[in-house]
Amino acid sequence: MTTPIPAPAPQPIEGTHLFDGAAAAKGFELNDMCYSFNDAANRAAFLADEDAYCARFRLTPAQRKAVADRDVLGMIAAGGNIYYLAKLAGIFGLNVQDVGALQTGTSVDAFKAMLLAQGRGETYETAHKEMVHG
Amino acid sequence: MAEIVGAYFTSHVPAIGGAIHKGLQNEPYWKPFFDGYQKVHEWLAQVKPDVAIVFNNDHGLNFFLDKMPTFAVGAAAEYHNADEGWGLPLYKPFAGHTELSWHIINALVEDEFDITTCQKMLVDHALSIPFELAWPGVEAWPVKIVPFAINTVQHPLPSAKRCLALGQAVHKALESWQGNERIVIIGTGGLSHQLDGERAGYMNQQYDRFCMDNLSVDPEALTHDNVHEIVRKAGTQGVEVLNWIAARGALGEAPVTEIHRNYHVPISNTAAATMLMEPA
Repeated sequence: MTTPIPAPAPQPIEGTHLFDGAAAAKGFELNDMCYSFNDAANRAAFLADEDAYCARFRLTPAQRKAVADRDVLGMIAAGGNIYYLAKLAGIFGLNVQDVGALQTGTSVDAFKAMLLAQGRGETYETAHKEMVHG
Repeated sequence: MAEIVGAYFTSHVPAIGGAIHKGLQNEPYWKPFFDGYQKVHEWLAQVKPDVAIVFNNDHGLNFFLDKMPTFAVGAAAEYHNADEGWGLPLYKPFAGHTELSWHIINALVEDEFDITTCQKMLVDHALSIPFELAWPGVEAWPVKIVPFAINTVQHPLPSAKRCLALGQAVHKALESWQGNERIVIIGTGGLSHQLDGERAGYMNQQYDRFCMDNLSVDPEALTHDNVHEIVRKAGTQGVEVLNWIAARGALGEAPVTEIHRNYHVPISNTAAATMLMEPA
């Protein structure tokens, strides 16, 4: 019997958090709550009493803190999946540019300018550099 | 005998639905994108499909993470849209083609694809927006559908190679179907984009062009990267190109001709693309 050699772990992708089994397990409660926001009555219940609503879904302390802080990267670190988090963002009237700006620590206008710069043919790397350094 | 008239590929960014709803098609931001559909309208009017096989991905409307099928096939008489969490107006329902669904399901399982079958399946913007773009303003969709939902949400995702093979197996199933329908294949989503993480806003025009240049002539070129490398090149949500690859497989292995392409950056956070292909 030979011991199979495990495949080498793939090189991480900078600024990217793959939603894999570990993340899915860690984030289940948070994603479960966000999935409930497909129902307008649940969105209203969250807005009426955020604490009670989060408690109902047994959010972990890290998940609860990230939601309270409106900290998108924190939610992702706590296992949140962006498609589900987008439903939470929608409650606050935030679109994907707003969420992009929150995650990259820039203004929404600067984030949009970075997208438009790519539309003019700039690479992401160049457009991102300009966004960070102005 | 049924005929595959060709394939239509398109991005499905939710904001497109908002632009349609608000009538913004001629605004400077949107016009270069919507202009790419004139040719799609003309082509559809000419080839007159009555069935669409659609490869798309659910965004947390029908499937939650408690049960996440890798490949799900619809076998419903009707498919409905529902509130995706944003309280937007609902999209029109779709008529299913249950007999064809079950024919394809039987053929796929016979071919050793262990798919999930769905007699109820909500469909989200990933299916509705491509139809709104293709047949704007119609009262009811002129085609019945057989929808496929591919897991592009929770890793591990199916490989590009497996998605191409799935599509090719669907093609084989369509060849043994005894109906006389005119079938269009649809692949939705992409191209490069990333919504989450510090790399949010990432797009990759070089990789998108590689995908578009090869999809018609050498789709296997898109299957050499594993999913991790596709995420690196296309972005976390750009991996929706898997839907395009499966759709290309369903066009079959005989030569196909690209008859239309439009590529516009950005629409929302996405490099938006539209393509049409026909059997050569």
